[in-house]
Amino acid sequence: MTDFPWLLTMIAVPAVGAAVVAALPRGREETAKQAALGVSLLVLLLAVLATVAFDAGGERFQLTTSVPWIPDFGVDFALGVDGIALVMLLLIGVLVPVVVLASWRDEPTGHRSMKTFFAWLLLLESLMVGVFAATDVFLFYVFFEAMLVPMYFLIGSFGGPRRQYAAVKFFLYSLVGGLVMLAAVIGLYVVSAGELGEGTFAFDALRGMEIDPGMQKLLFLGFFVAFAIKAPLVPFHTWLPDSGAEAPIGGSVLLVGVLDKVGTFGFLRYCLPLFPDASRDLAPYVLALAVAGVLYAALLAMGQSDMKRLVSYTSIAHFGFIALGIFAFTTEAATGAVLYMVNHGIATGLLFLVVGMLIARGGSRQVGDYGGVAAQAPLLAGVFLVAGLASLALPGTNSFVSEFLVLIGSFPTRPVFTVLATVGIVLAALYVLLLYQRTMHGPPRGVLLEPSPETSAPATGGGGGATAATATLEAPPPAPARLRVRDLSRRELAVAAPMVALVIALGVYPQPLIDLIEPAVAATMSDVGADPAGVSPEAPVEGTD
Amino acid sequence: MDTAPADGLITSAWLLIALPLAGAAVLLLGGRRTDRWGHLLGTGTVVAAFVLGLLCTLQLDGRRLDVDLFTFVATGSLDVQAGLLFDPLSAVFVLLITGVGALIHVYSIGYMAHDPRRRRFFAYLNLFVAAMLLLVLGDNFVALYVGWEGVGLASYLLIAFWHERPSAATAAKKAFIMNRVGDVGLALAIFLMFAQLGTVSYDGVFGAVGTLAGGTVTAIGLLLLLGACGKSGQFPLQAWLPDAMEGPTPVSALIHAATMVTAGVYLIARCAPVYDATPTARAAVLAVGAITLMIGAIAGCAQDDIKKVLAYSTVSQIGYMFLAVGLGPVGYVAGLAHLLTHGFFKAGLFLGAGSVMHAMDDDVDMRRFGGLASRMKVTFVTFGLGYLALIGFPFLSGFYTKDAIIEAAFDRGDGWGYLLGGIAILAAGLTAFYMTRLMLMTFFGRPRWEPGVHPHESPSVMTAPMVLLAVGSVLAGFLLVVAFPLEEWLTPVFGEPEAAEHVVAPLVVSILVTVVMALGVLTAWLFVGRREVPVTAPVRVSPVTRAARRALYADAVNESLFMRPGQWLTRALVFVDNRGVDGAVNGLAATLGGSSSRLGRTQTGFVRSYALSMLGGAVVVAGALLAVTAG
Repeated sequence: MTDFPWLLTMIAVPAVGAAVVAALPRGREETAKQAALGVSLLVLLLAVLATVAFDAGGERFQLTTSVPWIPDFGVDFALGVDGIALVMLLLIGVLVPVVVLASWRDEPTGHRSMKTFFAWLLLLESLMVGVFAATDVFLFYVFFEAMLVPMYFLIGSFGGPRRQYAAVKFFLYSLVGGLVMLAAVIGLYVVSAGELGEGTFAFDALRGMEIDPGMQKLLFLGFFVAFAIKAPLVPFHTWLPDSGAEAPIGGSVLLVGVLDKVGTFGFLRYCLPLFPDASRDLAPYVLALAVAGVLYAALLAMGQSDMKRLVSYTSIAHFGFIALGIFAFTTEAATGAVLYMVNHGIATGLLFLVVGMLIARGGSRQVGDYGGVAAQAPLLAGVFLVAGLASLALPGTNSFVSEFLVLIGSFPTRPVFTVLATVGIVLAALYVLLLYQRTMHGPPRGVLLEPSPETSAPATGGGGGATAATATLEAPPPAPARLRVRDLSRRELAVAAPMVALVIALGVYPQPLIDLIEPAVAATMSDVGADPAGVSPEAPVEGTD
Repeated sequence: MDTAPADGLITSAWLLIALPLAGAAVLLLGGRRTDRWGHLLGTGTVVAAFVLGLLCTLQLDGRRLDVDLFTFVATGSLDVQAGLLFDPLSAVFVLLITGVGALIHVYSIGYMAHDPRRRRFFAYLNLFVAAMLLLVLGDNFVALYVGWEGVGLASYLLIAFWHERPSAATAAKKAFIMNRVGDVGLALAIFLMFAQLGTVSYDGVFGAVGTLAGGTVTAIGLLLLLGACGKSGQFPLQAWLPDAMEGPTPVSALIHAATMVTAGVYLIARCAPVYDATPTARAAVLAVGAITLMIGAIAGCAQDDIKKVLAYSTVSQIGYMFLAVGLGPVGYVAGLAHLLTHGFFKAGLFLGAGSVMHAMDDDVDMRRFGGLASRMKVTFVTFGLGYLALIGFPFLSGFYTKDAIIEAAFDRGDGWGYLLGGIAILAAGLTAFYMTRLMLMTFFGRPRWEPGVHPHESPSVMTAPMVLLAVGSVLAGFLLVVAFPLEEWLTPVFGEPEAAEHVVAPLVVSILVTVVMALGVLTAWLFVGRREVPVTAPVRVSPVTRAARRALYADAVNESLFMRPGQWLTRALVFVDNRGVDGAVNGLAATLGGSSSRLGRTQTGFVRSYALSMLGGAVVVAGALLAVTAG
């Protein structure tokens, strides 16, 4: 079973699926949806089978395929996964069918057709698999850049009112990052030509090189900037709230759930092993950005009135935790960071999905346009709460395990940064519960309100003020306000149920994933000179960072 | 004393948690289909857990038994096992949680009978019991933390149970947030233990406390204390607990009086080996206890809401428990004994208050009560017994356990001992005052009922648990202190009790406390009982009363120190992020590629072709550069 080209198949299947869906005649929207769902479920099956074929205790890179691609420059079409990449493939496998199902009833804006939407979605899946499966740096770069194209169209063609602005902003930011990385990729090739006698892009060959410290720093920064834009660290983050808010819900889920993880994945796969000295030297600065992001983005999330922007800001805070875990250089923290990448995709993905379900009912993204939904739609509110609790990393949900690992693993080497980040857990509770209280609790209110038959509401979004005002009028008290809101449909339950199940299952029994992830993390830690066996107790705690 | 692997029935101690958890899962996932019998299932699982807990306790025989379940998280040198510790200390808590929990479940069948969401109420109560049992049964700090935040979730869900009421929704959020502030302390303590000792299990940490530097032990002790303050509503994190009374009254009885809020006391008692090694952290526990017991007692004197009086009383009584465990080895047992008797009488008092509210159409303002003694005889008698137990009436529960704490304080023998003992006695007088005031305003005097209110006794499904808790309130103190001393039961945990050298003879303490208590009762009678109670609260009152009504301005301080600056900061940052950070980057883009406003209006066609050609362009550039290099 190990000889089967799993990864190549996982790239090819959705790519072919995308072509087929795109080639369907106009008006075959239903067929397009069904085909997209079928293809994405097939990829999920492949990801699961690939995981079965993967031996957690074996070689680092498995399921490898390699064919020469541009032999003149030593570029191979080389694929292979370690545990880190594998769990990301599983995440992709889970999220795409969920996203397809969640977008089932989306109405295209303008003259676009949903057929195109699903075609772009499948192409995106193919490229996302490629970017995690590439073991050739140049191939990685190609996937990294190519991924932008379908996402650009998903935002720009199928997004909200300001989709053009958001799509262009997304594109320009990514382009700048990508170009800087291209320079670094080429630089790396040149260095490898000098070091190894022959230029190469093969990750395993590049890993063992001794690069001059000054050069290391330059190359590190080249990769780092691209990745820090992708998994936005403050201050490279301002494109994400726009993209996250304007993208169609399915796009937002894949954007923060998977696409942005390429950044944190890149830190771990490329920055640390290829430039260990630079990573060590520059870690304090990265950590400062990471922790600043945890606190700054959480405060900003609290101040948002647009729900999708709010969720985007929470993601920036979460990326801060992930970066902290990676640059703390302990096996515990980095394992936690990888687990965080998976868990965040599930938890924040679910939060985006349920926010999307609410927006689909009310037609507004504004927090202030909703209120008291829990009384009328308990299932919707329940899923919202589970997603929110996972976002604030409550024990019992998957996110707790990863956040806890990041923090407990970072504390021994970086106590000051960790203490500051831990304050973030209070802020997370605030932004989640404020959002939940405003939309779900309280008296019925907002755009979902059924207009009262006898007295028309005094003003839109009257809320508490209106009740006080009408009490003084001579008119009899109006009939109690009611919301006109459907609870979750069967399709929406089918979207939410597997995600909720994963949130809880991975919160209670995360060890199987940890067993997959840890060997690759340990190898990375030894690359940067940290003890792969983890923190040793009574290690002298550095007083200051 | 080391732990041994569990045997016999105790190997199935995990069922204690699994039963109520399964109940919660069935009720939440089953939906409306379970509406008809959901409350019975919810009650049944807790009763079953109580029976199992009792049988396990009977088999325990003073041992400390470990139940290993599965590997929760293991990576690097961190190894967190999902394991349970069944020892005399956790057994006591299991019995309290499941015993009082079962009674309150039964009571809730009647109390929530007409609520359309009763099934969900029982689901949340079951969830609470499961989380609370995990909290006290876990054999390591991570399991404790999971239970710790789990009960916080259950508390949130139950305070916000009537979430249409904005006050309930806000109170729930406030409780969760203030608890999380405490949780940061608990989390950091765990991180510190792992960094220093490489383990988070009780055995590992407690066995190695001696190897740690003094400052580290103190830091761990203080961080744990912060966690304990959050969960137990202690100064400076006490302000959430009175607001939590927004929840249905059975919740106030179970979670916000008898069990969850005493988790802080459990934490400190469980971590006795840490606190024994750090006098500084112990002193901090003492200070927190002494300050809080006074704050609670003073605020309790000026409340008109019957549940708020009981809530501040809870704050104050937990202050006594903190004071006790802060005294170190002489106080652990005294604090835990008071925790248990308090569990009985305070749960009983809350259930009685719920019965009164039931009769008064859910009114909570005692100024509109009065003269209920004759209308609700069972409620009056059971509440009255709980009242006597709480104020320390001789030979009832509170008399034994509160006196033991005061004696232990005096036994310090130094000036601090006298100060703490004096504060505790003074607060005992205040306790007698506010509770007598509550009794007089509720059950005696002329009825001041709102028109249309027809008080009636509650159904027996509610009064039966009240009767049982009243019996407990009367007997528990005698049983735990004299008949079957808790001290002996807990010897395997805290070691042999030292023969205390009494600085002040126990008899003298008892007489002194009883006299002060009587003074409190008398004062209440003079100020409340002899006069007509005004139906609306007097406005022109002394500054002291005003301060007491507002609980010494705790909310005002929190708002002006944290909430408003926080809101201001958030607003400022949103402005900066939109104008500053984003603006700077857009400005940069503008200088590179045209004006930033044009960025937004860029023609679709242009960008699209740009996007499609980008990949090709990049490859061409790369190719050219490579050609140069290779050439």
